[in-house]
Amino acid sequence: MTIETADPRAARRTNFAGLGRWVVPAALILCAALWFAGTLWPGLVQYPDPAVIPFSNAVSGVMAWLKAHFTPVTRGIAAVIDMPLRFAFNLLSKGFKIGNGAEATVLPRLSWVGVTLVMGMLGWIYGGARLALLCGISFLALALFGLWEDAMLTLALIIICVPICVVTGLLLGILAYRMPVLNRWVIAPALDVMQTMPTFAYLIPMLLLFGASPVSALLATGLFATPPMVRATLLGLAKVPAEIGDFADMAGCTARQKLWRVMVPSAKTSLMMGVNQVIMLALNMVIISSMIGGGGLGYDVLLALRALKVGQAMEAGLAIVLIAIVLDRLSQAIARRNQTPAQRPGLGRHANLWIALALLAGTTLVGLGVPGFVKLPASATLTTAPYWKAGLDWVILNWFDGIEAGRVFLLLYFLNPLRSTFEALPWAGVLIALAALGWRLCLLVAVLVGFCASTGLWVPAMQTLYLCGASVVVACVLGIPIGLAAARSDRVEAWVLPIIDGLQTIPSFCFIIPVVMLFRVGDVTALMATVAFAIVPSIRYTNYGVRQVPTELIEAGRVSGCTPRQLFRHVQLPVALPEILLGINQTILLALSMIIICAMIGTRDLGQEIFKALAKADSGRGIVAGLVIAFIGITADRLMTAWVRSMQDKRGMR
Amino acid sequence: MPDTVSEPDRTASGAEDPRPKKLECRNLWKVFGPGASQFLKERGGRASPEDLVKAHLIAAVRDVTLDVREGEIFIVMGLSGSGKSTLVRCLSRLIEPTAGALDLDGRDLLAASEAELIEIRRHKMGMVFQHFALLPHLNVLDNVAFPLFIQGVPEAQREAEALAFIDLVCLKGRERHFPAQLSGGQQQRVGIARSLAVKPEVWFLDEPYSALDPLIRREMQNELLRLQSVLKKTIVFITHDFDEAIRLADRIAIMKDGVLVQVGTAEELVNHPATDYVAEFTKDVNRAKVLSARSLMRPASPAAQGYERISASARIDSFSARIVDAAQPFAVVDRRGAVIGEITAAAVIDLLAGKERPAP
Repeated sequence: MTIETADPRAARRTNFAGLGRWVVPAALILCAALWFAGTLWPGLVQYPDPAVIPFSNAVSGVMAWLKAHFTPVTRGIAAVIDMPLRFAFNLLSKGFKIGNGAEATVLPRLSWVGVTLVMGMLGWIYGGARLALLCGISFLALALFGLWEDAMLTLALIIICVPICVVTGLLLGILAYRMPVLNRWVIAPALDVMQTMPTFAYLIPMLLLFGASPVSALLATGLFATPPMVRATLLGLAKVPAEIGDFADMAGCTARQKLWRVMVPSAKTSLMMGVNQVIMLALNMVIISSMIGGGGLGYDVLLALRALKVGQAMEAGLAIVLIAIVLDRLSQAIARRNQTPAQRPGLGRHANLWIALALLAGTTLVGLGVPGFVKLPASATLTTAPYWKAGLDWVILNWFDGIEAGRVFLLLYFLNPLRSTFEALPWAGVLIALAALGWRLCLLVAVLVGFCASTGLWVPAMQTLYLCGASVVVACVLGIPIGLAAARSDRVEAWVLPIIDGLQTIPSFCFIIPVVMLFRVGDVTALMATVAFAIVPSIRYTNYGVRQVPTELIEAGRVSGCTPRQLFRHVQLPVALPEILLGINQTILLALSMIIICAMIGTRDLGQEIFKALAKADSGRGIVAGLVIAFIGITADRLMTAWVRSMQDKRGMR
Repeated sequence: MPDTVSEPDRTASGAEDPRPKKLECRNLWKVFGPGASQFLKERGGRASPEDLVKAHLIAAVRDVTLDVREGEIFIVMGLSGSGKSTLVRCLSRLIEPTAGALDLDGRDLLAASEAELIEIRRHKMGMVFQHFALLPHLNVLDNVAFPLFIQGVPEAQREAEALAFIDLVCLKGRERHFPAQLSGGQQQRVGIARSLAVKPEVWFLDEPYSALDPLIRREMQNELLRLQSVLKKTIVFITHDFDEAIRLADRIAIMKDGVLVQVGTAEELVNHPATDYVAEFTKDVNRAKVLSARSLMRPASPAAQGYERISASARIDSFSARIVDAAQPFAVVDRRGAVIGEITAAAVIDLLAGKERPAP
């Protein structure tokens, strides 16, 4: 019964598109005009200082007020969260200390042997022999490298954090599903800001309210990792076929039965993808929040990087990557698994659980007598640090000139000119041009860009934009051809896909380690790390976009007598273009988040602003800078998505 | 068109059906859009299509009045967008009708509270869906037992009952399979077993076979007739396939643009289409399968007493081969065995050849 209702809207849209053709050049001309006008009235180019709105003071004021009046509340929250966290820390890493001083007895932590065996067993149950080997060997490696304690601290944080995020995300997602108005005006915008807000910005308020402790690390992680679960829940519930909802009603379900017995289980695939994302984001954030007392492997990397201990940083980084890969593959395998595992006779439904508990308890008891079961003796651990160091020394000795030349070349002829251009962009011109580009998003874009200018952070914002833009350009120049090659050849795809899967699993922090060794600190390093982190979607979406072109279209092209080149140029590429653009959109967002982390290696931009604010625990400054970054991200995302949508609408592809 | 068929033994038509009315709706409307119910109220439950367009409202169901008899297979037939799916959802109150009355067993269904509705659905209604609507996380047994599970029936009892219905739809041995592991036909069997698990009195089937291959569809139609011969449910069956409707129906209701155009047996629709639309629909139907001997017979000649006898309600295609081979016409007899007419091979051949039927 949805007849011809779409027509008038479509007609209006084409009108807009027709206008849009004139709007863009006009906006560019206006922008240039404003630039020249800036020589007469500099306020149009450089945002006038007196007009800066002191957002940061306001935020700082609110935070100070919160801190002054809500300390009992925050202490209470901290105490509640601290209990399970401390238990997990003790169980996995520290051991339980009973009593004080010299007469304290220490109950041992879980034996590394047991934990490794149980990980292997989990792998075996959910993914067969290969996953069992991956899980077992990875955890064995953690023990062998002597990183067990720190790795378990990191794992403990994740184990406590993920369930909290998943439950909160699920409930919020259900709320958003039930109340579309609330979702549209409150939840969805909040999620947008939270997901584009840089990781560092989460640390500052937590640091202020909860101090430098694992609890603040956990809360920052939780805030950062929950949004994808909300989205996955909302998406999953919305995707449940209407018939299933009808069935629930016809079967006589009460509202509660309908939700929990029908809708939520039917959305399981989406939900499990959400859980997987939560785990990966939590790991990413747990590493970063080691800066505010999270401890664990992230802290190892941080220390090693500060002391420029190449080998140690590399090793701790690798340990993080190992945990990441294990958690990712394991959670995906569990998500794919539809049925409950086969029951074993005799032990009942929870056979596997009993076996796992027995393994843990058994090995830990053995550890009471055999110290090697508690902690691998130092003689048995090995370290790869010297090899990394030697390898790096060799590279620097032999290739230094080449690397340095490349670095300087990039700086002199690409980055520096680009940087000056961006720094000189007039704020008013950019605002008008972007708002005009957005057209229907005009108001939103103008408000967001206006905010960026009025905070007085225009120049750092442009510096961020310059580095982000440069990274995106490089990532696309490299990534899109790789994606195209993968799309055209199954053999290339078979090589490329596992590599980008792996890249995607690696927490952002770890990309910094190798590049900082080769290129030292600075913009070039930031560019390299960002490209490595952000290239994945440009490859993946391009490959997918070209591959999803319907076979009939390709056959139609062939029958019309297209050469392979023509087929590619005139059939596959145009049809795949929206997907490719969506990939670029993702690349932009990833690049933006990585650029901020690169503040650690000495970029001069908004990230540095937040980094300094973190060092000084200046919440106003940090949060405002974080919001500016979030707004840049949202502006870019909205403009790109709107562009892709209008393209798809015009081609009837939605 | 004049009604030429008026023998008292006509049972298929609703007017003289002795069976009690099971489900009945009068002047039922479903109008989408803001202020729809107010709009209808102001017009005393009547609104012309022009009025609706002017008010930017979309009427999916317009002023539908029908009754479904106990134990009847009632087919609602129409093309996509004709409102048939909305109508059946109104009958089950999955969609709240905008105006009109709806009775189940003489009881006002629209007056039922949310809790009463849940009770009614738990015990009196079952529904089969076009795309099966099986729960992906439950196996066949748990899917079929699900309606019992939410009623709180103990595990042993609900599994025993579910197994009986799985057996009935010939899926024994696949109880532990998950829906994704079954073919479309098997999935719909699960859907059928599940909708029967609560032993409903009214059984809604919303295009249950439309998503299946033609061969499977035919098999499933026979299966439905077999089930119905055992279960004797009151069935409301939605389809867009007229051949399917003919095979299954006691009565067929044809819908167009939300309006019920005509209700009647397949034969009535073919012989006396109420509108050009119905005529267009029934044009390509294999008439030999629809028409009975009665509609093709001519007045009996004195010699008819000696001819081979066939029942007045026999479908032409059930004796067409025999009559063409036979040397003389057949005598048509009513239920009591009295000769009421005769039928010639020429008439049958004309019908099969698609010639217009000679006036009886």
